[in-house]
Amino acid sequence: MSEVMGLKAKLGLDVFKEDSEFHIKIKEGQARDIRLKKAILVCPAGLYSEKENGEVVISVDGCLECGTCLIACGAEVLEWHYPSGGSGVQFRFG
Amino acid sequence: MENQSSEQFDTIIVGGGLAGLAAAYTLASAGMEVLVLERGDYCGAKNVTGGRMYVNPIRDLFPDLWSKAPLERHIAHEEICIIDKKRSITVRYDGSELNEEPYQSYSILRGKFDKWLAKQAERKGAMLVSKSRVDDLIIEHGQVLGVMAGGEELRANVVIACDGALSFTAQKAGLQKPVQSKNFAVGFKEIIEIDRDVLENRFNLEGNEGAARLFMGDVTAGKFGGGFLYTNQASLSLGIVVGIDALTHEPEIKAPELMDSFKQRPEIARLIKGGETVEYSAHVIPEGGLKAMGQLYGDGILVAGDAAGFSMNIGVTVRGMEYALASGYYAAQAVIQAKEKNDFTKSGLSIYEKLLNDSFVLKDFKNFKESLEVLEYPQLFTHYPELAGNIMKDLYEVPAGPKPRLYPTIKQYLSMKEIWSMVQVGRRMMKI
Repeated sequence: MSEVMGLKAKLGLDVFKEDSEFHIKIKEGQARDIRLKKAILVCPAGLYSEKENGEVVISVDGCLECGTCLIACGAEVLEWHYPSGGSGVQFRFG
Repeated sequence: MENQSSEQFDTIIVGGGLAGLAAAYTLASAGMEVLVLERGDYCGAKNVTGGRMYVNPIRDLFPDLWSKAPLERHIAHEEICIIDKKRSITVRYDGSELNEEPYQSYSILRGKFDKWLAKQAERKGAMLVSKSRVDDLIIEHGQVLGVMAGGEELRANVVIACDGALSFTAQKAGLQKPVQSKNFAVGFKEIIEIDRDVLENRFNLEGNEGAARLFMGDVTAGKFGGGFLYTNQASLSLGIVVGIDALTHEPEIKAPELMDSFKQRPEIARLIKGGETVEYSAHVIPEGGLKAMGQLYGDGILVAGDAAGFSMNIGVTVRGMEYALASGYYAAQAVIQAKEKNDFTKSGLSIYEKLLNDSFVLKDFKNFKESLEVLEYPQLFTHYPELAGNIMKDLYEVPAGPKPRLYPTIKQYLSMKEIWSMVQVGRRMMKI
């Protein structure tokens, strides 16, 4: 059986260019919304996690900009934009 | 970018993916002034495919493109693998028709292909600006008159929204239907580099032949979706597509974990052995088809490609890129015709839908409008793979003692209830 490559290491293979602001934010007061729990399951980059107090947090570094979280959770709980021009992930193979 | 508010383009295209570039190439070839705005560093930087393009439906729309297009390998060997927890059954299809020119499908990497297509559009005279995100539409009295990008006002007779599955542009123009997660899947994949000779030996490939493999069943933990593998020139595209709704249902498994277990399946592990992962990507796929489609045009605006919802899952084929290229082409034709009449209102642009209706694009979407509901049937991804695996195990097993007769062996799996349920599944399938 082959070794499992950690998600961090896998995302480390991609080219990312830093943006001046976070392009995805959990809307204020929504961090405990049940809809956000879906993001933990669906995000292919595993960027969402739940804190002990039940709040969902996102670490936007490593975002593949697929939009799955927005589709799963909805715009009521997530403020979602694409990163500004020339930043974010830059796929070399795609 | 200089302030170009005084300049008026014939067309501004939002997004330099396949739909946008096809539209730009076609419009520029007709001598129109086209501006493509791409938010990535280069065209292709934000684009992802599972890995295969079917050329037949679009060959004649771009007759000059194919001979030099940077495609990977023509797919000459097809396999579909039904995966249960401990066993799998594979059906392989080879045919001389898959190995005769013109080839019907190719593996493809979008980083390479889109960059190349952008160059072809530029050669025809299209203007391409990368690193430019469109933030808003300019709308006056209901007519789309241009876009806002990086604080600049850019005006055009027509805007073509080719900004992908989420299409904020179509949304801002009020053309999108409310987003429902049941109509979307997410695909994620790894590019695994592998020595070319090893790859060709491992997959029994001669010359530029390629292989395509699909996997269904336990690969998505029984969720609606499947795995895929395509051979590129010296790499593999390995990934999973799974319904976004299905991912949020029981059993709760995080998307990246599906990929990890997939790679550890013995069927896969031996195919990627010695390979090195060089990129991990993800992309949303609009699978809702005709029922989820919003309006395709409005005053001063057309929608093409994924933005219009033009991708389709009918089980053995999951397609989007041909629809993107074709809808981009027809959007361009619609703009050309609208310009002849100098009418860029909704009525002037309505020819777009007529062109799509007469083409394979909307004909396919009408023919397959039930396919998502039919395929989104849990038993197909859990019960049947297990059943098939069990039957194979018993057929092939030679026990220490006497081997039971075959008919009763199989019959124990096929109760009246089971057969009745298969008939029901068959009836569902007849809708596809």
